[in-house]
Amino acid sequence: MMNQTAYLEISQVSIAFPTPTGPFLALNGVDLKISKGEFVSLIGHSGCGKSTVLNIVAGLYQATQGGVILQGREVTEPGPERAVVFQNHSLLPWLTAYENVEIAVKQVFKGKKSKSEMREWIEHNMKLVHMDHAMHKRPDEISGGMKQRVGIARALAMQPKVMLMDEPFGALDALTRAHLQDSLMEIQADLKNTVIMITHDVDEAVLLSDRIVMMTNGPAATVGEILTIDLPRPRDRLVLADNPTYNHYRHEVLKFLYEKQRKVAH
Amino acid sequence: MSTGKFALDGALFRKMAKAIGLPVVGIAMFLVLWAVVADHIHTSLGTFPGPEAVAVQSENLYQDYQHAQEKKAQFYQMQEERNAKLLAQNPNYKVVIYPYTGQPTFVSQIGTSLVTVLSGFILASLIAIPLGIAIGLSSSLHAAVNPIIQILRPVSPLAWLPLVTIVVSALYASNDPMFSKSYLVSMITVLLCCLWPTIINTAVGVAAISQDLTNVSRVLRLNWWTHVRKIVVPSALPMMFTGLRLSLSIAWMVLIAAEMLAQNPGLGKFVWDEFQNGSSDSLSRIMVAVVVIGLIGFMLDRTMLLLQCWISWDKKSVLR
Repeated sequence: MMNQTAYLEISQVSIAFPTPTGPFLALNGVDLKISKGEFVSLIGHSGCGKSTVLNIVAGLYQATQGGVILQGREVTEPGPERAVVFQNHSLLPWLTAYENVEIAVKQVFKGKKSKSEMREWIEHNMKLVHMDHAMHKRPDEISGGMKQRVGIARALAMQPKVMLMDEPFGALDALTRAHLQDSLMEIQADLKNTVIMITHDVDEAVLLSDRIVMMTNGPAATVGEILTIDLPRPRDRLVLADNPTYNHYRHEVLKFLYEKQRKVAH
Repeated sequence: MSTGKFALDGALFRKMAKAIGLPVVGIAMFLVLWAVVADHIHTSLGTFPGPEAVAVQSENLYQDYQHAQEKKAQFYQMQEERNAKLLAQNPNYKVVIYPYTGQPTFVSQIGTSLVTVLSGFILASLIAIPLGIAIGLSSSLHAAVNPIIQILRPVSPLAWLPLVTIVVSALYASNDPMFSKSYLVSMITVLLCCLWPTIINTAVGVAAISQDLTNVSRVLRLNWWTHVRKIVVPSALPMMFTGLRLSLSIAWMVLIAAEMLAQNPGLGKFVWDEFQNGSSDSLSRIMVAVVVIGLIGFMLDRTMLLLQCWISWDKKSVLR
């Protein structure tokens, strides 16, 4: 099923970082095609360059070789059509949750939406992430999970072509993480965004993704295997816990991570 | 129940005692020490003034001020009466009011000093904050400008003063000057000396912005001006205020020295005049000035702290 015009194409991407002892090849020939509305997870051991892939798609890094094509146009710089949800939320601490989303909305919809339309749109996105009750609190007044919700609202409010999530729930406790995963699945069922998410959590990857991209260990990391998750949606974590297909997928990912790409202990 | 309440009162009492009691004890001990030491220092102008002599002298200085105010009011009243009389005799008489030219009092010297220090400081901040932001944002500009800043920063105000005096005399030649030359000389000297902490601290604060926030700005494609306004300035604000507070305290110290050396009106000149005067009251008058200078410096710093508290988004970061 190799369609010639993928929605998002990561094509033979390599990147080398200069170091005092010569260039360090972090990624080597990463190749990935993603269709519209697809939810793709990148999984791999820490330090394998997952985040680097994401940053290249975001335009924050420039690939040394190869490139990223989104809807037929090459990515050369960061932009709101590739919204990023950062691992540590990256909200501006001096603005309220509402203002943090507002700064993005103003930037994207300047001249396209009226003031009241913008306010409605911000409030709508706050509702999507269940943050409408604490819109006017500052980041230091809300919990880590709530901050991440606002970070997601900020990205959603940009109406991005691709949403890039960099270990969005990595810093949260297990319960909060499960809540946010459920919220994300709900939103995804509604909006059908194209998402690339980085994770190191096998359950999270299987639960949320349409495909899981497993990356080999660095240096010169690349795509190892791709696993298509053919589970019906909506997915329920409790029901899936006893589902043999689900457990098979889990097992496949674990096998890749802990047998084929075993990380040598330092 | 009653013991609980008593324990609570005890805790409150201890807290109050610490917040108010200890500073009072500290000041009292200092005053005693001052009085004892002062008694043992004998100078050509008599014994070194202790707290009591200073208290008496500050009362005198205040009375001098009130006396001068009365004289000033009388002077203007006399002129008015005289003008009214002349107008009654001759309706075409052109009214002339002569300004009062009495000796400046201690209180008016304080006013002059405050106006000079604040104008120098504000002008310096208007230059230093934008420059600091620019240096913090651009590592190339930082590399180019840093050596100059590091060389000019430690220059003593006393070294600038002669240059400033000569340059102001040469460039500011007007028959009807808006500002007096002496004011300009002190103000510019203050400005030159208090630029640096604000520039350096602002630049450091701006350069230390977290990479994540910069990435947010890049993803949103904020333009330069919005980036500076919404991300750079708020995140550098605490460092900026640290710089401003350092600058203001330097400005105040420099001003006293500048006024003293350049014979510009102000507290510094008051100290110098008393030193030259050499009467038996001079030492205690100078000590009054020392105390006032210290108190004003303290108040200026507190004012900056209040300002920071008012402007800053993070009230918790505003300490001490």
